[in-house]
Amino acid sequence: MKLPIYMDYSATTPVDPRVAEKMIPYLTEKFGNPASRSHSFGWEADAAVELAREQVAALVNADPKEIVWTSGATESNNLAIKGAAHFYQGKGKHIITMRIEHKAVLDTVRELEREGFSATYLDPEPDGLLDLEKFKAALRPDTIIVSVMLVNNEIGVIQDIAAIGEICRAKGILLHVDAAQATGKVAIDLQQLKVDLMSFSAHKTYGPKGIGALYVQRKPRVRLEAQMHGGGHERGMRSGTLPTHQIVGMGEAFRIAQAEMAQENERIRMLRDRLLNGLSTMEEVHINGDMEQRVPHNLNLSFNFVEGESLIMAIKDVAVSSGSACTSASLEPSYVLRALGRSDELAHSSIRFTVGRFTTVEEVDYVVELLKNKIGKLRELSPLWDMYKDGVDLNSVQWAAH
Amino acid sequence: MAYSEKVLDHYEHPRNVGTFAKDEAGLGTGMVGAPACGDVMRLQIKVSKDGVIEDAKFKTYGCGSAIASSSLVTEWVKGKTVDQALQIKNTQIAEELALPPVKIHCSILAEDAIKAAVADYKAKHGETMETAACKGSL
Repeated sequence: MKLPIYMDYSATTPVDPRVAEKMIPYLTEKFGNPASRSHSFGWEADAAVELAREQVAALVNADPKEIVWTSGATESNNLAIKGAAHFYQGKGKHIITMRIEHKAVLDTVRELEREGFSATYLDPEPDGLLDLEKFKAALRPDTIIVSVMLVNNEIGVIQDIAAIGEICRAKGILLHVDAAQATGKVAIDLQQLKVDLMSFSAHKTYGPKGIGALYVQRKPRVRLEAQMHGGGHERGMRSGTLPTHQIVGMGEAFRIAQAEMAQENERIRMLRDRLLNGLSTMEEVHINGDMEQRVPHNLNLSFNFVEGESLIMAIKDVAVSSGSACTSASLEPSYVLRALGRSDELAHSSIRFTVGRFTTVEEVDYVVELLKNKIGKLRELSPLWDMYKDGVDLNSVQWAAH
Repeated sequence: MAYSEKVLDHYEHPRNVGTFAKDEAGLGTGMVGAPACGDVMRLQIKVSKDGVIEDAKFKTYGCGSAIASSSLVTEWVKGKTVDQALQIKNTQIAEELALPPVKIHCSILAEDAIKAAVADYKAKHGETMETAACKGSL
């Protein structure tokens, strides 16, 4: 077994060697611009791009014509939400999203608020899921877009997009879904789901970084105002020369996901459950987020009375994250866990483990033993653990905030 | 985040971890910080009859820098009189441990812990101090 051990597959995944192999010829020999219509270099690249478009569409049961290449899920989220808000602002200027969305959605909606749109940020229930009655109650006559993620990046919970889609479609409201964390983990059928726009990323599903896609539904047709102007690529929705090698990589990664996900997810669920069972033998370990409506590779735990940063330092041979990778430079506890109603203490002591394609049983067992040992030591060092053991209710203590 | 060697040393081998028996003579206990802020330090000093700190113990909930800061001050206060201990400044702690700017609050908390422990000692032993009320104690 090699150290360090990678258990941060929701931050990013390694590119599958089969994917990398497919990509390389498009950097060196087959380097043509897919927009070149006048020679075979262009035709060859264009054929590769269109094959990848079919592969991406196939994973989510969409029409290839509904797939628009972008630089990643952040751009897809920006294009979907800003593009639709700008196009449909004549119908209304209200947007609904959730407090536990990724920053790429939250900050995009904030930007639209600065432009004069109004927004509602719904809190999840303590299990991380959206209450559909509360959702219905938030809808207004001027609501034009709803943006809800399929799988949460921190706690891995799966929202009921099918039900949310029915509600939106009945009222003629567009639904955008950030599915960056979902591909290869949950089955997505866009023929069935009433979803108008869906964002994808390659690098969470064993593809390369820097490439993503946006699903833009054709029937009924969804219109977007372009955010990137130029040569009119991607039917005018997203200009810019297509990065053929990246696109080929995303296509191959999604093809593999489609072929192998059923089997792979069973193996990964077994590893995740082994990790959970091993760690649950300790006292005061809390699971964040619902365990049923959840992707198989995610485990988010709070180790009460141990501070998260010191724990990450203690397990430096294991790559995990405390909160999301984007916020690990700040000292704030995770906003996702706070939105679930978790106390600051539990939010501060949370660790996200995400296992994946290359995780082994041996690695899981090593991590369980390491954590038990280190948490024991840190609790020996913790005055809060002492107080807990003495039966002191920490909420009854007058703490001086600083 | 990159930690200095001294922080790592204190974090991996914390000095003077523990709690004194409640009935020991000459004790002063300071607890500062708050769980919601991600750090709580408890510093205890054991003071001899002539006012010298003979021993010190700590427990800390917090990041590596908070653990290192409190571990360091248990070493520094030993052998000092309580009034000398009050002269320890957070800047000295931060400099000794090479704390980055985002971790300066850990050294401030350690300085506050000394003040709180001394204030508790003086309150229990018939002296009063105007400043540094014992924050966060029970």
